[in-house]
Amino acid sequence: MADVNRGNRPLSPHLQIYRPQLTSITSILTRITGNALILAGLMVTWWFVALAAGPEAFATADAFLTSWFGKLVFLGSIWALWYHTLAGIRHLIWDAGYLLEVDQAEQLGWGIIIASVCLTLFTVVVL
Amino acid sequence: MAYLTDRKRVSGLGSAGAGTAHHWHQTLLSAALVVLVPLFLFTFGAIIGAPYEEVVAYYTRPWPALIALLTLTVGWVHFAKGVQVLIEDYVGGLARKMAIIATTCLSYAAALACVYALIRLAL
Repeated sequence: MADVNRGNRPLSPHLQIYRPQLTSITSILTRITGNALILAGLMVTWWFVALAAGPEAFATADAFLTSWFGKLVFLGSIWALWYHTLAGIRHLIWDAGYLLEVDQAEQLGWGIIIASVCLTLFTVVVL
Repeated sequence: MAYLTDRKRVSGLGSAGAGTAHHWHQTLLSAALVVLVPLFLFTFGAIIGAPYEEVVAYYTRPWPALIALLTLTVGWVHFAKGVQVLIEDYVGGLARKMAIIATTCLSYAAALACVYALIRLAL
């Protein structure tokens, strides 16, 4: 029953056909930010394991995390974390059945972009 | 002879064959992370860069340790489930299975490494 007409169905046009839209860009960014957080996740995990292992291991991990490269990764990851968190909240709102109209979804899209940048600046200033 | 009707067989399962279980679990984890992520960001951010003894003392305290424990375990499981969807969208066949196994093992290993580290610090 599931195999009826397999291989002879119209195909949906894909990314190269569609004009980029705010809703599609914010969706793709959600995926990119979520998966890119693996880098910061592994760095933080290494830092905690090194902390438990002792002063020498901690010194190595801490030096890497607080180096210019580590700080650059963390700066990007702070934005990614805020963006992904806000985008996740947006999904929870949608799943509850609210703000699904196109104009509302686009306003929400601009909302999470602007809020993620503001929260990143706030985090960097506070920390 | 099959006693199940076609509708009964497909009901609630969808194209993934597992229904909405994955999505629902991810929803649960994401709701928890909405609370945990800001707490972790500011407790972890406040101590990183401090000397070793100070950091050890900080993470033997219950609240910073519990926030780190919960965020890193829930976060890594959420990551494992999220990256699984990414792989399923772009990779097929044996490579898909291998990639899902590798990323799932990595995520759970990282989560439990954090748990082990924090328990050692607490004891």
